[in-house]
Amino acid sequence: MGELGVFIILALVTLIPAVVVVTSHNIVRAALSLVPSFLGVTGLYILLQAEFVAGIQVLIYVGAITVLLLFVIMLTEGGTGVRLRQVNEQVPLGAMAAVWLAFVIIVILTRTVWPIGAGSPPPYNAVAIGNAFMTDYVLIFEATSLVLLVSLIGAIVTARGEE
Amino acid sequence: MQVGLMHYLVLSALLFCTGLYGVVTRRNAVAILMGIELMLNAANINLVAFNRYVTPTAVGGQVFALVIITLAACEAAVGLALVLAAYRSLETTQVDEINIMKW
Repeated sequence: MGELGVFIILALVTLIPAVVVVTSHNIVRAALSLVPSFLGVTGLYILLQAEFVAGIQVLIYVGAITVLLLFVIMLTEGGTGVRLRQVNEQVPLGAMAAVWLAFVIIVILTRTVWPIGAGSPPPYNAVAIGNAFMTDYVLIFEATSLVLLVSLIGAIVTARGEE
Repeated sequence: MQVGLMHYLVLSALLFCTGLYGVVTRRNAVAILMGIELMLNAANINLVAFNRYVTPTAVGGQVFALVIITLAACEAAVGLALVLAAYRSLETTQVDEINIMKW
């Protein structure tokens, strides 16, 4: 019962700011509402006994991506454009499509029989992930590092502007 | 009542569709990128939940989620650099005003 209560609280902390993100007319409020949403996801990871992923989520999503979004909002005219219309004319169609897709996904997921595995997670989550990255998934690790380098160079070159 | 796999799947479906609504309806390019980040988070919740309930002794789902977090950061950086470059030459970030190829 306690776990279900914690899950409900974390689900609300995740979903309600997410709705604020996609419907707010103030773009800065939308960007700041991402923070409780990502922190709710962090809590869900801890509830799922994935502590390393939770730590990385806080570091990268809350700490880097949200700050980057706020910087770009500052550098473009979004911060002063509060009186501009922030949603386009596809609102009714978009709402219908989102509700329909949520309904279809939930129906499909609840009607599938998932093979629930037995066993318990490894005791030290970071150790297990570190071992996995160095043995089974080393190619993914190296490729992700390469993608990080390329995207860093690309972002700098793209945002630098004319010389 | 125990928290089962189904709770996490329903939550991630709702989060995904919230992000999808944001991507489809917003005019500001930065707000569209925020919706994309919500969708990526929903996929991550799915992966970690499946890892916990279907293969609890392995960490493959969490490795996948970590790679997705990294790639989301890369994509946000590149996407926001594009928004900055577009704003510099087109003077707007509203995507429905960017409708011609040459300024």
